[in-house]
Amino acid sequence: MKKTLLVLATLALYLLHQDVWLWRSARPLVLGFLPIGLFYHAVYCVLAALLMRLLVVQAWPGHLERAIEPPTLPGRDEPRS
Amino acid sequence: MIPALVVFGYLGVVVYIGVFAFRRAHGRAQAEDYFLASRSLGPFVFLMSLFGTNMTAFSILGSSGHAFANGIVTFGLMASPAALVMPLMLFLVGTRVWALGKRHGFITPVQLFRDRWETSHIGTLIFVVQAALLVPYVIIGVMGGGTTLEAVSGGRVPYWLGGALVAVVVMSYVFFGGMRGTAWVNTFQTTLFLVFGAAAVLVIGWGMGGFSASAEAILASPQSFLLTRERYSPLDFFSYTLIPLSSIAFPHITIFCLTAERMAHFKKTIVAYPLCLLAIWLPCTFLGVMANRATDVPEVRAKLEARTTLATQAATLAPEARAELRAQAAGDDVLVLLLNHYAPAWLAGLLAAGIMAAVMATDSQILALSTMFTEDVFAHYEGKARFGEQAQVMTGRLFVIGLTIVAYAVALRAPESIFVIATQYAFTGYAALAPLFFAALFWRGSTKWGALASTLWVAFGVIAIAAVNSSVPAPPPGLATPVWSLAGTTVIARTAGGLSVLGLLPVVPMVLISSLLLVLVSAATPRPSAQTLARYFAND
Repeated sequence: MKKTLLVLATLALYLLHQDVWLWRSARPLVLGFLPIGLFYHAVYCVLAALLMRLLVVQAWPGHLERAIEPPTLPGRDEPRS
Repeated sequence: MIPALVVFGYLGVVVYIGVFAFRRAHGRAQAEDYFLASRSLGPFVFLMSLFGTNMTAFSILGSSGHAFANGIVTFGLMASPAALVMPLMLFLVGTRVWALGKRHGFITPVQLFRDRWETSHIGTLIFVVQAALLVPYVIIGVMGGGTTLEAVSGGRVPYWLGGALVAVVVMSYVFFGGMRGTAWVNTFQTTLFLVFGAAAVLVIGWGMGGFSASAEAILASPQSFLLTRERYSPLDFFSYTLIPLSSIAFPHITIFCLTAERMAHFKKTIVAYPLCLLAIWLPCTFLGVMANRATDVPEVRAKLEARTTLATQAATLAPEARAELRAQAAGDDVLVLLLNHYAPAWLAGLLAAGIMAAVMATDSQILALSTMFTEDVFAHYEGKARFGEQAQVMTGRLFVIGLTIVAYAVALRAPESIFVIATQYAFTGYAALAPLFFAALFWRGSTKWGALASTLWVAFGVIAIAAVNSSVPAPPPGLATPVWSLAGTTVIARTAGGLSVLGLLPVVPMVLISSLLLVLVSAATPRPSAQTLARYFAND
């Protein structure tokens, strides 16, 4: 369930990139100079950071690090320290 | 000339960092130390240097130049999709590549593919394609260096000399410092740029009489489209969301993923990455747009006049005259021109050094190519066994020299803008190679033959794009020259920004067909042995 919600949140953010409703608008100018379309995508970056935080906290693949053993690739002779 | 002197001083500092890293590694002339800094990078250096490798001539000069001509759409095309997709790639693929590298001792992505799919020569082909795709990116670094030094010195340092100087400096600290030197220089450069970039925005805004007035003036002018996306197709805009898939397939990014000391170091990088992108791309895009109001800067005025001539008389001009006007109107240097005009000389120098810092992120790409050549060709074909590890490192260093000379020679003749070179060739090719990583790491059924089909398609596709772009002259902005039509519908067209397929960037068909070939051919061919599959999927 948790995994599904995270996938859905990621897909939703991906789709929100296509902000056709702001396509032809420059106003309002946020802070007096930032066109709304540019401001939207700046906020989008902040949302992406929040989503990444959620993924790192809720779905971190820690098992990959725990599973590390000495090298086994043929031809690579010595374990690394 | 003062800004140029400050930049020269800065270049001296980065060479010293490379030499210092060389001394620090003295007595450890081992491949893993030179190429991966012994997998020992801590969390701060890992974040700053990984981000620094992505903060390139493309993201500083290319973004502001593209925004100068196309407006705010630039940010939505490249920055915001990368803010989502790039850290997602690090989360999904980067962590797994790190774990496999740590477990099996991989230094390059090709080693992973060779082991995963039990193949040798197909791995060599993947190396050739990955290396060939990285060369355009190295070239735009040299172009960015030449452009920046020429602009910051008021033309006293010509483009060819500026490019040569940057090429020599980058070559020097990569030659001496390897991955450790590159990571330290990237950390220094990224910090410098983030600090002085903020100052640049304030100084230029102050000099232009405030951004509010400039934005209102643009809105009241015929150029008001620069503050919207009304001249851009939503379909084309959407196709740019596939470009950041390329991030993880860039060899220097994959190799950087192998340098982290612990997998936990990825956490801060993944979360902070979108914010770092925002910090770089927002001011660059915005300043690029605002440069359209900087008509008191003679060089900017000349660009605007060339653009107007191009827009009004393009249909009557010969292709050569159009190409010349397009070169005159190109905005890759507008950021430096704004700095030179509005900032005091000493601050302009520091800020230009910050820009130079970003431009020189080409270092990690050169190092990545050197690493891949020595590991995937020299060592793989017994060179290391016959001549020893010191010879391997020396081969890597000689490769750095050879590659830099080639990139410099091509940069002197590059006919297209930084943005076009990056998006049409490097990003498109690497995005189409991304399915290889997903197949190798997440799909048991993938095979070496599927990988071969996908890689051959990528090679064919990029060559075809280059052939069309070079043989069909670019039409005026806003128009398209049909190249191939089917049943009355234009399938492939040449636009001012490069090739277009059914109105989409070529990256879309490239990624789709690459994935399709990988799946279909893999399904029809035998899998690797159960032993190999167990080593890759035992923990999932």
